Amino acid sequence: MLANRRQFLALVAAASATATHSGPIQAQPVPTGARIVILGAGAAGTALANRLTARLPGARITLLDPRRAHLYQPGFTLIAAGLKPASYSVSTTAEWLPRKAEWIQEAAAEIDPEARRVVTTSGRALTYDFLVVATGLKLDYEAIEGMSTDLIGSNGMGSVYAGPDQAAATFAEMSRFVEKGGTALFTRPATEMKCAGAPLKYAFLTDDAARRKGTRDKMKIVYAAHSGAFFSVPIVNEKVRMLFEDRGFDTVKNHVMVAIDPGKRIATFDTPDGRKEIGYDFTNVIPPMRAPDAIRFNSPLSWQEGPFAADGWVEVDKHTLRHLRYPEVFAIGDIAGVPKGKTAASVKWQVPVVEDHLAAQIAGKESTARYDGYTSCPLITRVGRAMLVEFDYKDNLVPSFPGLIAPLEELWVSWLMKEIALKATYNAMLRGRA
Amino acid sequence: MKEMTLSTLLAVFEEMFGTGLFWTLVAAAALVTAAFLFVLLRERRLVGRWLLRAELLAPVGAVAAIFFVLMISNSGFSDLGGPIDVIFMILIGAAGAVGLTILAYVMQALLLGHRQ
Repeated sequence: MLANRRQFLALVAAASATATHSGPIQAQPVPTGARIVILGAGAAGTALANRLTARLPGARITLLDPRRAHLYQPGFTLIAAGLKPASYSVSTTAEWLPRKAEWIQEAAAEIDPEARRVVTTSGRALTYDFLVVATGLKLDYEAIEGMSTDLIGSNGMGSVYAGPDQAAATFAEMSRFVEKGGTALFTRPATEMKCAGAPLKYAFLTDDAARRKGTRDKMKIVYAAHSGAFFSVPIVNEKVRMLFEDRGFDTVKNHVMVAIDPGKRIATFDTPDGRKEIGYDFTNVIPPMRAPDAIRFNSPLSWQEGPFAADGWVEVDKHTLRHLRYPEVFAIGDIAGVPKGKTAASVKWQVPVVEDHLAAQIAGKESTARYDGYTSCPLITRVGRAMLVEFDYKDNLVPSFPGLIAPLEELWVSWLMKEIALKATYNAMLRGRA
Repeated sequence: MKEMTLSTLLAVFEEMFGTGLFWTLVAAAALVTAAFLFVLLRERRLVGRWLLRAELLAPVGAVAAIFFVLMISNSGFSDLGGPIDVIFMILIGAAGAVGLTILAYVMQALLLGHRQ
């Protein structure tokens, strides 16, 4: 009997040892002394730095980012729904960065890709062999006349995007509105934006909060779309249209918010028929989004023409994310001037592509890795249900669990993924392990 | 999800529970499984009396597992929206039921000692 027990314990030990040591299957490491500068230590910059330190032993990797706090942005909606505290989205930049990489707590002020040089805000010059632009984007609140982030959390004004504290303040304003009733106004900007599903989610969550409170009949919910559609992917747009109808939302199209009067609670829109005003009792302001000034005005990296030029998005090939004029420059995450992909889910797919192209180039080879525009939006339609919408550049639905989890159904399983599995997956991605 | 490899899954679970807790849970599950196999071999059969008593706890395990998931997820039964939701909930219940049954069987076998 004892022998049996020993055998079993040995078996258990062996099994757990195998499990512990079955680490990620790494592609062939490429030793190098290359100097790689990554602008930004957000989701994209951090995930790439972690993967590169494993893939490129000896590489000198420097990250530039002044932010000490790392923000888990997909959590903002849950904070603004009152389900998580503001601290849910906050960690430190330092805890995710690889020890072997250097972190300079400054932003880039100027980029000269001809000289392969970056100048930091303190005037320090850094040269590079490869540059990866992962700065994220600028929330351009000033572009809305009368708007200031100081106003968030008062006078019926919310803004989920502004940060974790503002997301919590938005929930407080939304809760007050749900008690009293009136008009809730939801909008989205006409620029490229991160997570285009988020504006829709918050309209659904406000509706849900009112229904739970029993005050839905005391209010009007207005969704003002910036274009002729609620969502850029036609098949999803049609589903959203049906859901809006089901929830009894009032909708207007081709309305782009240009000004807001917080005292009078009136938003002004540019429309094909001229300026129009819509009054509100509660609103979730979503500002225009653009490339940070250092990229847009102090570097030649932005698109020179086409739809991404005006707002300064970086001119990269949409499949390789390599700069079209400076082959040693890449862009990943929100800053990349590609048609889709300003989400953490896109970052997860973009990072291995850039890693592989960098490693291949250093090894004198060519990479066939491609990014096809994958992005994912767990579109919350009420607390407890979401649609796991995943799509690509071609507006095709690309479900992770085909035949199992229907992308256009409001499901509890999809909600569980958003609420329980997403942050863990995101963190694993930051460490370069997912 | 780009690739659902074992290492990705392990990384995600380590983040979800914390590395220490996750591997403690895995070790606990492995230990109970090993103990179950051990008593099974020792007795060379499933002992009916222990199994019957253990099975009485199965519904408790099922209900506990389901309520645990609902508790940590801000959701309830009214949120089930499609067949996959029902299937997933049944799987959670089944896992709880089987888990507690095996645990109860093993505890009896180890505490009550050799049948003869």
